[in-house]
Amino acid sequence: MTQDVLITAEDIGKHFPLPQGVVSRLSGRPAPAVHALNGVSFQLRRGETLGVVGESGCGKSTLARCLVRLHECDEGRILFEDQDISALSGTARRAFNRRVQMIFQDPFGSLNPRMKVRSILSEALSVHKMRPAADIPARIAELLDLVRLNPDAADRYPHEFSGGQRQRIGIARALAVEPEVLVADELVSALDVSVQAQVVNLLLDLQDKLHLTVVFVAHDLRLVRHISHRVAVMYLGKVVEIGPTEDLFSAPRHPYTKALLDAAPELDPTRRSRTVAARGELPSPINLPQGCLFHTRCPHALDRCRTERPALTPRSPDHEAACHLTEFGNPETTT
Amino acid sequence: MSGPKTTEPVLDVRNLTATFGDGELTAVNDVSFTVGSGEVLGLVGESGSGKSVTLRSIIRLVPASGDVSGEVRWQGQNILAMRDAELRGVRGGQISMIFQEPMSALNPVLPVFTQIEENLKAHTDLDGNGRRARARELMDMVGIPDAARRLKEFPHQFSGGMRQRVMIAIALASNPRLLLADEPTTALDVTIQDQILKLILDLRDELSMSVVLVTHDLGVVAATCDRMAVMYAGRIVETGTVSEVFAQPNHAYTRGLLGSVPHAGTERSRLLSIDGTPPPLDRIPPGCAFNPRCEFATDACRATVPPLQDLSPGRSVACFNRDSVVAAGSPV
Ligand SMILES: Nc1ncnc2c1ncn2[C@@H]1O[C@H](COP(=O)(O)OP(=O)(O)OP(=O)(O)O)[C@@H](O)[C@H]1O
Ligand SMILES: Nc1ncnc2c1ncn2[C@@H]1O[C@H](COP(=O)(O)OP(=O)(O)O)[C@@H](O)[C@H]1O
Ligand code: SF4
Ligand code: SF4
Ligand SMILES: [Mg+2]
Ligand SMILES: [Mg+2]
Repeated sequence: MTQDVLITAEDIGKHFPLPQGVVSRLSGRPAPAVHALNGVSFQLRRGETLGVVGESGCGKSTLARCLVRLHECDEGRILFEDQDISALSGTARRAFNRRVQMIFQDPFGSLNPRMKVRSILSEALSVHKMRPAADIPARIAELLDLVRLNPDAADRYPHEFSGGQRQRIGIARALAVEPEVLVADELVSALDVSVQAQVVNLLLDLQDKLHLTVVFVAHDLRLVRHISHRVAVMYLGKVVEIGPTEDLFSAPRHPYTKALLDAAPELDPTRRSRTVAARGELPSPINLPQGCLFHTRCPHALDRCRTERPALTPRSPDHEAACHLTEFGNPETTT
Repeated sequence: MSGPKTTEPVLDVRNLTATFGDGELTAVNDVSFTVGSGEVLGLVGESGSGKSVTLRSIIRLVPASGDVSGEVRWQGQNILAMRDAELRGVRGGQISMIFQEPMSALNPVLPVFTQIEENLKAHTDLDGNGRRARARELMDMVGIPDAARRLKEFPHQFSGGMRQRVMIAIALASNPRLLLADEPTTALDVTIQDQILKLILDLRDELSMSVVLVTHDLGVVAATCDRMAVMYAGRIVETGTVSEVFAQPNHAYTRGLLGSVPHAGTERSRLLSIDGTPPPLDRIPPGCAFNPRCEFATDACRATVPPLQDLSPGRSVACFNRDSVVAAGSPV
């Protein structure tokens, strides 16, 4: 299968050292750190929406920030069209910064409160010299129209907008520089349900119109399922399963994915269960479990799982999971 | 089986209204509902719709700047008219409450045992030994292992999910007949949310409590509640059993809300979104508060507030054009 790969993450790691003294000096141990990413690998294909899902602290935002180079990886590397992004500098780095845009979760914090929408958008346009000065007003009108805001929005400040409208301004700012990739971190999580749906509809329209490639990071499985062509499930800083959305949701091949799907409340009162989907709590990312990261909560754990960390291996076409039980969830062998 | 419609309700809320700032802002507007014995009632709505104020008004926990009127019938009495001494026996006693952010409701400088014991002292006759034994029992009941050790610990030593379990243990110390839960799982991860919701259901069964569960997540309602009441801009716009409302929403807002949540079968298609945003409570549009966002709105909707009308026992709706809404069908 030949797919047009835009970004490749190769076994990337990111660790945040803890300030000494917070954790009392532990004798003989390596310096304590939060292990936010522990060997993440995947490919992002041109034109697709890749959903990244997992519970809080599993490393979704850290991954998003590494992808746009707001963080440098400590291990592994990220290739953008076969170029290691950590080696980009000068014009090449500026081009990367333009072509890969991030939209943040917090529609309130990410817009300068003292700048009118017009200045916010024209700043983005001029940093990357997208348009001659004379064309900027027309482009601003076009951008506002694209995200379905009134033209008079240009002369208002961020605080004059609702959460959903502010998120549209964030999207307009990202689109101003005509990016190819959007990395959206919890784009609609702070919004009310009815407003979430508006922004989700807008994102789907824009993607069709502008042929965008999207990394959609969210903790809400229902949203991720709705938007993504493929989904990567993360647990404790690792991708434990990745595959086509329908396949992954109908036949999850990793026990954690299965638990996550069982725990997510579906919109169907006729399908209730009283069985707890996953017992126990998330281990600390400071002291990672040996072996499989999920073994402390996995109902299927074997002895081997406590010592040997499984790697992502193919399960069905285009679908990989990191679990020693290679038959887990296989619709052809389970009844 | 729970929530039989024929038995007397344990809680009967009538025309509850809560205002702030000398009546300038009406957070809860003429709200009426009942809760049956052993029933889990879901109170659902978007942020600012008045869910928390409703819940707090039931046990008179709104700040002094708020004014609450109406009636809250509980065991033959009106809580809103009780003297303070009586109220103390009910609040935190027969009726307990848990919150979204347990950290703000727990006392950070007291060990967990002391906080459970305070409630046991106030609402039981147990002596010191009895209280210690009961506290351990409560910790077991809410699924906190190693109870003896953990009782000595402080709230910050617990994870978010464990803190919510501690809150529930404190709430259960008084053997409540009714648990008021305000978004108890909103701050939690989905696997932990699943654990807590199922714990609440198990406790409901074991202790035959009733529960009012406030949430903004219709999935949580579908998975947990027997009946539901939908709030918009301070009013209840629709009530019914969860299966009735999901199968046939009668109010345009309920229908829009159901359509806004992605579910199996909607992948990469446009969601039935609702235009606009909920109104600020000090600028509620005249007539039906939902009319500027409503695709079914007619002139009547802009002129008059639609009354909440009973369709059958326990099933009610406040919409002038419910026939059109019903004809449009359920989005789920
Ligand atoms: N002490 C107070 N003083 C003034 N206004 C208040 C007070 N408490 C609540 N309100 C207002 O009452 C309205 C309803 O609040 P409430 O917390 O009940 O909403 P909610 O539906 O639970 O919202 P959320 O889901 O965001 O918690 C809001 O507009 C809120 O700002
Ligand atoms: N700047 C930072 N310094 C220290 N720890 C961090 C930093 N950023 C993230 N972390 C830690 O890394 C882990 C993963 O964080 P994050 O990627 O933000 O999770 P998510 O977005 O999935 O909730 C968490 O344990 C978090 O506390
Ligand atoms: S490798 Fe073992 S512990 Fe890990 S998910 Fe698979 S069965 Fe469970
Ligand atoms: S009363 Fe009118 S405006 Fe209100 S929900 Fe019904 S149709 Fe819409
Ligand atoms: Mg995050
Ligand atoms: Mg609330």
